[in-house]
This record gives sequence, structure tokens and C-alpha cells, in this order.
Amino acid sequence: MRPDPIKRIDTAFFWEACEQRKFVVQKCEPCNTLWHPPRPMCPKCHSIEKTHQRLTGRGVVISWVKQVRPASYGFESSPFVILVELDEGLRIVSNLISVSVPVIGDIVEVDFERTIGGKSVPIFKRVVV
Amino acid sequence: MVSSFQKACIVGIGQTEFSKASGRSEQQLAAEAILAACFDAGIDPASIDGMTTFSLDHSDEVDVMRSLGCEEIKYTTRLPQGGAASVSTIVHAKNAVESGICDTFLIFRAMNERSQYRFGQPHHSMSPDAHSSTFMEWCFPFGAQTPASWEALSCGPYLHKYGITSEDLGRIAVTFRKAASTNPNAWFYKKPITLEDHQSSRWIVEPTLRLLDCCQESDGGVAIIITRADKAKDCKQTPVQILGAEYSMLFNHEIISDFYQGDLIRTENSEIVADRLTASAGIAPKDTDVAMIYDNFTPQVLRQLEGFKYCGIGEANDYIKDGNLELDGKTPLSPNGGLMGEGYIHGMNNITEGVRQMRGSAANQIKNAKTAMLASGVAGAIIGV
Repeated sequence: MRPDPIKRIDTAFFWEACEQRKFVVQKCEPCNTLWHPPRPMCPKCHSIEKTHQRLTGRGVVISWVKQVRPASYGFESSPFVILVELDEGLRIVSNLISVSVPVIGDIVEVDFERTIGGKSVPIFKRVVV
Repeated sequence: MVSSFQKACIVGIGQTEFSKASGRSEQQLAAEAILAACFDAGIDPASIDGMTTFSLDHSDEVDVMRSLGCEEIKYTTRLPQGGAASVSTIVHAKNAVESGICDTFLIFRAMNERSQYRFGQPHHSMSPDAHSSTFMEWCFPFGAQTPASWEALSCGPYLHKYGITSEDLGRIAVTFRKAASTNPNAWFYKKPITLEDHQSSRWIVEPTLRLLDCCQESDGGVAIIITRADKAKDCKQTPVQILGAEYSMLFNHEIISDFYQGDLIRTENSEIVADRLTASAGIAPKDTDVAMIYDNFTPQVLRQLEGFKYCGIGEANDYIKDGNLELDGKTPLSPNGGLMGEGYIHGMNNITEGVRQMRGSAANQIKNAKTAMLASGVAGAIIGV
């Protein structure tokens, strides 16, 4: 079963939103810039006032791998790991839930999957166009 | 402008054997390698007055002093970003001695990276923070838990864009192992591989990295002694000058999990380093006689050949196919067999090989080699005699 996310003070909002099936990223309150991965200070305006913004949850696969040896720790079988370029221009590492091999250029949409400790992480599924 | 007598020179190199089970502590490996480097240079370890290593190294400066009997350390500094920063240690050494802060500067790296812990295995207790190279938090719960998986994910867009095949990567591995096969210090001495061996080796990370695309996991220690030219002339060895040394760590780039910035095609940090080096050393990396290029995984060689401007973007595969990396080619690649063939002491054994090439004492000596490029992604140095 999938390992739990590693939660930190600066990133808890992301994982807590996932538990409510919401896909969000950090948004700087004064300058509205979106950041992922999250960080304690906006590197653009240096504000520490942060909020978060819900995303469309859509993106494109720009890279993929499957960790064969050693197999992915905690998983029944190693998943397809994808690098997604989101509609908003940010990138995130996640999984493609699919029986067939990912293809660079695949359009994908977010969903959520449970972890061993009952937490939740964002995963992606192909959008049938 | 630094006068000629102030210029930094590498005067000592030392190492332990490279193995899979050293049978002793990392601190002892460090101490043995440092003593060997001091002996090589003909200096008293007590005179070491500055040092640097990786932030990931487990041997504390105080413990190093305790074993070697160093009387006083005036300057110490550690470097982030793992093996990609291996050549950055040269930048710190150069600055420390040329500024006059230190007279005898030590670089060391020692690890039981095979017998005590393995970089190639998932470490779920690892810090979720950048931890010097990778944000585990954003990879671990998705099953990307090893350096090979992060590297393959980061290189994917480049390999896809230029249609690089597993056979193309295999040719790089064959080149390293060919050199290692005639280097008695290499773990893979007398063990060359064929392209067929590469193609039949098991997958480590689909669809990119087979076993023979990966560097080794090794135990061992490496040390390097640097001083100024005026002191270097009293040492035992021919001084090897540091003609230029630069590093560039750019905003929002991680080291191996480098996914979040840039087009993932070009390696801008290497390009910046190449330009600065050409200006400071007075010679471009591509015009040097030996290329020591950090080879954690085969795709890195393609990206660094382009990043350090040996060839244009997207041209590295053809550059290799044309035979340029052979030991009698235009760009002789890691004549020690690199980290894949000789051993993986986090890149540092490629620096010592560069020095041996300049001294003319290497196992696979490149004829008339006067300059060498030391490359590790974010960092580069040109050394010469």
C-alpha cells in the first residue's frame, strides 16, 4: 500500500486539502504568484502571507518512469511515475493510474488515492479526448 | 588579479582502495586518504589549515583534525548538492589559498556507500527537505524513491526530444568500461562490456536506465591537497595548476530531482560555468586534452557534453557516435573508467584521475595531456601543467 505523505509545517495545507479531495498549490497573498513545491516565503515579493488556490487539475505528461529495482517501497507493484505540466504552468510529480504505459503528451486529470495511514495524495488519470 | 606565485596548485592526491565492503569506519577511510595525499605532496598533515567536503559527508572536521593532528583550522566550508558539487570543492580550495586565508587546504570525501548504506535504495527515514539534493516529500509517496528514478524522470524530456535510445546510452557505458578494463585501480579492471551486455542488463528504471547505465555503489575515501604556487615548488610532485574553477547553482533547480524550472532540455548552469571557465582559464572546456565528466548515470554525459559546450544542443549523441570520447579521440572521456568503471566516491576519484593525467602518471595515460576539464553538472574546473 502507498506510503503516507511526509507532512511539514510549510506543506501541510497541500496534504490536508488532498484529504478533502481538493488539488491546490501555494499562492502568495500580495502578489498572487503560484508556487510548487511550497516554500515559507514568496521568492518574488518576499511576503510570508500565503494562501492557496484550487487548480483545474488538468495537465500534460512531460516525462515518466517506473522504478523497477528496487521496486517502489510500500507499493504492491511499482506505479507509473509521471511529471505533469499543469494548466497553470507548474509541474508536479505524481502517478498515472493506467494499465497501459504513459505516453509523453498524454492529457491527464487529477484524482485522489488513499495511503496506508488513511491520508490522500493526488494521482492522475488519462483524459479521453 | 592573482600573481603567478599566489596561484592555486594541486600538490597531493590520496585515496584508499575502492571496494564494496571497506571493513572500517568512514572516519578511518577519510584519515587514510588524507594521509596518503599528504605523503604524496610531501607535507606534514599538521600543517593543513583549511578544509572542505560535502554537506553529506559524515566525518566531522574536528574528528579529521583529531586523527591527522592538524594544529589549527582557519577556514572550513561544506558544499550542498551532492556529487554534482564534487568539483565545487576545487572552487573553495582555490579561493582559500589564493586569498591567503589558508596555506595548505584539504578536500576530502569518504564513505561506506555500499556496505553501510546504499544510495540506490529507498531511505524512508530521510529528511523530507531538500537534504542537499532532493525533496523526498514530493517523490516518495509516488514511488520515485531512488536517484535512478529521479534522474530518469528529469532526463525524460531531453531523451524524448532527441530520440535517444537505450543503445545510444549503452555506447556511453561501453566507453567507460573499456577504459576501466585497463585501469588496475578500477573495480571493473579487466571486465569490459559489450553493447549486447548492456542491452541484456536488467531494468533499474523503465524506460531509461538499465543496470549498466548506473554508476557503482562503492566504499572508499579520496583526498586532495592544494597550496599556492610559491609553496608548491617545495612539494614532491609537479604542481598541477587550477587554471579556472566555477560553479553555478540556479534558482528553483534541484540537483537530481530537477523538475521544476527550465525546459529540461538545456542545462543552463553548466552553460554558465563553461562561459566563466573559458574566460578565467583562457581555454574552453572543449579544447582541453581530457574530459572527466561526472557519470552517475549515462544520460548525464549527453547533457554535460552539451552544457559544457563540447557540442551544440541535441548533438551529443552524434558526437559520441563519431568516436570523440575514445581515449585516442578529440575528447578522451574519463580514462580511469569514471564512476561507472573505477568506483563511485561521489565524483572525487574523477578529480584525482585528472591530476594523474596532468602528472603523466595515469594507468591509461593520454599522450601529451597538458589540460583537463573536471565537470560535475553545476561545477567545472580546468587544471593544467
